[in-house]
Amino acid sequence: MASIGTGYDLSVTTFSPDGRVFQIEYAAKAVDNSGTVIGIKCKDGIVLGVEKLIASKMMLPGSNRRIHAVDRHSGMAVAGLAADGRQIVARTKSEATNYERTYGEPIPVKELADRVASYVHLCTLYWWLRPFGCGVILGGYDRDGPQLYMIEPSGVSYRYFGAAIGKGRQAAKTEIEKLSLSEMTCRQGVVEVAKIIYGVHDEAKDKAFELEMSWVCDESNRLHQKVPDELLESAKAAAKAALEEMDAD
Amino acid sequence: MTSVEGLLVCEQDSQRTLSPYVTGTSVIGIKYKDGILMTADMGGSYGSTLRYKSVERMKSIGKHSLLGASGEISDFQEILRYLDELIKYDDMWDDGNSFGPKEIHNYLTRIMYNRRNKFDPLWNSLVLGGVKNGQKYLGTVSMIGVHFEDNHVATGFGNHLARPILRDEWKEDLSYEDAVKLLEKCMRVLLYRDRSAINKLQVAKITEEGVTISQPYSLKTFWGFNAFQNPSKGAEGTW
Repeated sequence: MASIGTGYDLSVTTFSPDGRVFQIEYAAKAVDNSGTVIGIKCKDGIVLGVEKLIASKMMLPGSNRRIHAVDRHSGMAVAGLAADGRQIVARTKSEATNYERTYGEPIPVKELADRVASYVHLCTLYWWLRPFGCGVILGGYDRDGPQLYMIEPSGVSYRYFGAAIGKGRQAAKTEIEKLSLSEMTCRQGVVEVAKIIYGVHDEAKDKAFELEMSWVCDESNRLHQKVPDELLESAKAAAKAALEEMDAD
Repeated sequence: MTSVEGLLVCEQDSQRTLSPYVTGTSVIGIKYKDGILMTADMGGSYGSTLRYKSVERMKSIGKHSLLGASGEISDFQEILRYLDELIKYDDMWDDGNSFGPKEIHNYLTRIMYNRRNKFDPLWNSLVLGGVKNGQKYLGTVSMIGVHFEDNHVATGFGNHLARPILRDEWKEDLSYEDAVKLLEKCMRVLLYRDRSAINKLQVAKITEEGVTISQPYSLKTFWGFNAFQNPSKGAEGTW
């Protein structure tokens, strides 16, 4: 970034002469340094997976969740600053319940993504606010079927078949592209996501990580739930086996 | 000159329920061998008019509880929304914990008491039953927040007409069949003597396995008693 230090990078409310807002780009940097987060849309639902880097060995397994339920039928995986992520999660939950209170039916995933994106974008418009240092992947299931959205610190949101953010996003995206998502069930998808997360994990730089996974699919009655323990364990085993096979070659 | 009320009540009259509109009558709940049984008829009265005839007044709450209500039907529906939201937020933790009947009952007592202190009560008497971890639970809350637990509870007219029967005949280890018979006995008395009761009722069951609410059905009645056929006979001063 040649323009760093030119005086246009301290404020979210000032454009640089070539039309950029540096603070938002720096926020995106915070996301890029995070553990990898993946979401895929299979034929019967959504699978979310997170490479949760463990800050301390003394932490209880399962603490500092990065995947949160935000409604009965949707969940959110967070990359970047976890605390910023919880703010977005809280807002998403309240948007979802608010909608249901008003209209008497669960919020459509598209509507939820739009509302959350507006909120994230709002924080890029005022000098007294700091943009969120996190990107989120939102997965849900409504009458239009399973849907997957990704929302970035800038406030843009797009719908995806497969999405990845964080450190290993490039490698993860190329791996996702190789999958035939439209023929895959979530049960198969869980194993694939686990393989990708294990595959992109950089053993040399980051030591410990925990694989956190959730799904919203026909098998979970279209509810957002943690992937059942036995399936998660078998997915982990398959991922480790695939890694060893690669090393042997 | 402003009236006395004008001095006591603020200019923009606050809106509150001064009397209920559509109401349901008694609910009865009892403990039995495997859990809790509850029964209520399906009438919804508009004042003294029997306006609605298939109002479901018993609903399952979360995994372990069953709620029955008499009183204002719309307030009951509002309470169901509160509970639905409460349970949704709890479920979203996805930590394997869930509210049991004890927690739900306490939550309801807080809501009812809080609203009565705002002089804007939810116009209901509630019966909350449930089973969690092998523990049976049965309690009640009134519109002013009075609450207690018991082996058998009833609301409204049921307090006067059903509970004396239950005190005589209720046992801890009633079988399902006997418990239903006992409830039907109470409901029959209420049907005869409570003008708001109708002959279309449901029985709801909650055990460790979960909730089942029966299809609506009717009780056999006998109206051939002399006193029924000629009610004014022997009642001096009536016609």
